[in-house]
Amino acid sequence: MTASPKPFTRPDTAPSVTLTGARLEFGGVPLFEDLDIAVEGGRWTCLLGPSGVGKTSLLRLIAGLTDAAASAVSCGDGAPIAGRIAYMAQQDLLLPWATVLDNVLLGHRLRGEGRPGGEEIARARALLAQVGLVGRDGDRPAALSGGQRQRVALARTLMEDRVIVLMDEPFSAVDAITRYRLQELAAELLAGRTVLLVIHDPMEALRLGDVVHVMAGHPARLDRPLRPAGTRPRDPADPTLRDMQVDLLRRLTAAEGKS
Amino acid sequence: MRLLRPLIILAGLVVLWQATVSLLALPHYILPAPARVAAAWWDRSESILHHASVTGAEILLGLALGATLGCLSALVLASYRPARRWLMPVLVVSQSIPVFALAPILVLWLGYGMGSKVAMATLIIYFPVTAAFLDGLRRTEPGWLDLARTMGASRSAILLHLRIPAALPALASGIRVATAIAPIGAVVGEWVGSSAGLGFMMLHANARMQVDVMFAALFTLGVMAVSLYYAVDAALRRFVSWQAETDPSRDHNDARSFPQ
Repeated sequence: MTASPKPFTRPDTAPSVTLTGARLEFGGVPLFEDLDIAVEGGRWTCLLGPSGVGKTSLLRLIAGLTDAAASAVSCGDGAPIAGRIAYMAQQDLLLPWATVLDNVLLGHRLRGEGRPGGEEIARARALLAQVGLVGRDGDRPAALSGGQRQRVALARTLMEDRVIVLMDEPFSAVDAITRYRLQELAAELLAGRTVLLVIHDPMEALRLGDVVHVMAGHPARLDRPLRPAGTRPRDPADPTLRDMQVDLLRRLTAAEGKS
Repeated sequence: MRLLRPLIILAGLVVLWQATVSLLALPHYILPAPARVAAAWWDRSESILHHASVTGAEILLGLALGATLGCLSALVLASYRPARRWLMPVLVVSQSIPVFALAPILVLWLGYGMGSKVAMATLIIYFPVTAAFLDGLRRTEPGWLDLARTMGASRSAILLHLRIPAALPALASGIRVATAIAPIGAVVGEWVGSSAGLGFMMLHANARMQVDVMFAALFTLGVMAVSLYYAVDAALRRFVSWQAETDPSRDHNDARSFPQ
């Protein structure tokens, strides 16, 4: 690994994020009503749940991407959440016409900060090296494998250097080994930030999350969170983790049965 | 083979043509034999090339003007919803008027020179370019837009960095269609009233029963149209080289990939 680039902001003081009284309808049917979630500052919160329950909608709501009324997102430090979020979706969302480097620098261009200067380019290159992509700067996304594309997406997220990171099953489309590696990498590189991660595998949630929620029901609710001990990423062989996994699977099956 | 193919197609057509003339014993003022047309082309090559250059200039000017106006209109229509609501019906109506009906008026307004022909070509090119580009601008991947919003992008930045590049393949399709129909505009204009151009030449040859000259001019127009189409197509392919191309004719499941 090359010299690790210093993040612009020190994420030691990543704020908590609270959403209260969230309500979202889909075709007249409430997906969730009066839903509260508290994402602890500087920690990883994982959100599990059956598909279609509204996990992605909840994430988009916090990101300010839906114009759902009657919900309040606030940060623990009192400052507004706008402009402090990085968002990573299920798909890599790389622009097919842009090179790997230009994709990492997308935020810079979109904010109208002009042509990226030497400092930005150096930082983007260093981030690409950190995610294990050396010498691919000039390639188009089509030349990369699925795992490599997600690495570029991770570098683009890191380039944004935001204290709050929202991730929607970002590694679900790659094979198990690649996913395992990417999760370790993300855990390392996004340490200290407030992370809300939608994930579908209970064991992966327990490996990565400090707090694990199950979202289920119609309208959807969050139940009592699990708090696996120890530092992330945890060893999946840990017996207490296995017990928790059984608990989570039970809760998810019960939720599936009710719906 | 790629270079030989047009020649083989051409040779096949000439043989078919000659066979028709010989078998049906057609007189030359109904359908002249290929050799006669070639001779007519050779005899009047100077005049044909002069008229071809006029028509070619009309087509190229019309294409440049029509494509530019089409792109600008698509950008305006995409950016302002009221513009789309008010102007779209007008655009569609303008396209339902046959160019043939407009030609005499345009000649009346713009004269017998090149202006009226360029205007005709522009009119005929404008709509497919506008429609294709507008469609492309409105079909930007929603995930990119979400990402851009979380990155704090302005509307103009989204247009410039996401919507326009993403719409280029659609624009290229529109320009391809426009290139193929551009000669119609120019030739119809010449037909209605002009003093130069291949359409003018054909009209006069026809009136004087010089069917061989008419065919020579028609052949020249065909070669121009095909060359223009392939040149534009090649340029567009380079321009949007990132767009993956797949061949629908290869979509069958090969038996080898499913061992019994």
